[in-house]
Amino acid sequence: MIKHIAWTSLLLLSASAAAADTPASFMARYAQQAGVAVTALSPARGEALYRSEHPGRSGGAQSCASCHTANPKQAGQTRVGKRIEPLAPVANPQRFTDAAKVEKWFRRNCTDVLQRECSAQERGDFIAWLNQIK
Amino acid sequence: MNYVLRGIGVLATVGTLSLLAFSLPSGGEARGDGGDDLMPRLTHQAWQQECASCHLAYSPALLPRASWQRMMGGLEQHFGENASLDPATQADILRFLEANAADSGRSRMGDKVMQRMDKNATPLRITETRWFVKKHDEVPRATWTRKSVGSAANCAACHRQAEKGVFDEDTVRIPK
Repeated sequence: MIKHIAWTSLLLLSASAAAADTPASFMARYAQQAGVAVTALSPARGEALYRSEHPGRSGGAQSCASCHTANPKQAGQTRVGKRIEPLAPVANPQRFTDAAKVEKWFRRNCTDVLQRECSAQERGDFIAWLNQIK
Repeated sequence: MNYVLRGIGVLATVGTLSLLAFSLPSGGEARGDGGDDLMPRLTHQAWQQECASCHLAYSPALLPRASWQRMMGGLEQHFGENASLDPATQADILRFLEANAADSGRSRMGDKVMQRMDKNATPLRITETRWFVKKHDEVPRATWTRKSVGSAANCAACHRQAEKGVFDEDTVRIPK
């Protein structure tokens, strides 16, 4: 019986370890969804997406940087003044470690800034860029 | 191997049940309802986590039940931003907001808000309720749009202890 319990806990432990997300695991997942190799993800395209400006709500231009600032190692600010922790994993190790959060914020922010969802390729590029920032 | 599988099954069930228990609405106990200038002290995990990731978790006592229903039914266009949630979290937060809404009779703050509310009004902006307008009638219009304040939605700019639910005048400091 004890043996069974030990086995079960071991299995559960390894299962939960495998479930923990990292920037690299998101890159692998998005690359797979896009049907490309991880090495085909482009930090340069990710940065271009981050900085690209789109017509905003109040006539002006908006981009990811509007709230997250030009430097993703810095904290940003929401429209009502609340702090946004930095996006770059080097400055904020909590980033890209929770699939539900990552999906939620891509869904919300891509539709806000780009007026459409981001593709798997774009998500992969985006994380590839943020993840190589030192 | 059968035992192992069964063990996993049991643990998974227990895990799911305990997760469910945690995700049930706490109902938010109205403890220490401080009256006029104190928000009813409430705790509710999803409300605090989700609403407060963009703005202060505004007290449910500041709008009537029907307002919160409208609010939570339109999160895709939440004051110009997409604030959509997964259906379970959305329903969980709505139940909490309804239970503690201004017209729930659970707080003095809510009673005050309702005293000045038109009977069938379902405002979405707290700042447009008569209660709010009256409370802030001495604040000049230009103050709200100062860069250090941003907008009237930013309670904590002036109410320095807003995060703790403390709104009495002694704690107010309007930034330059």
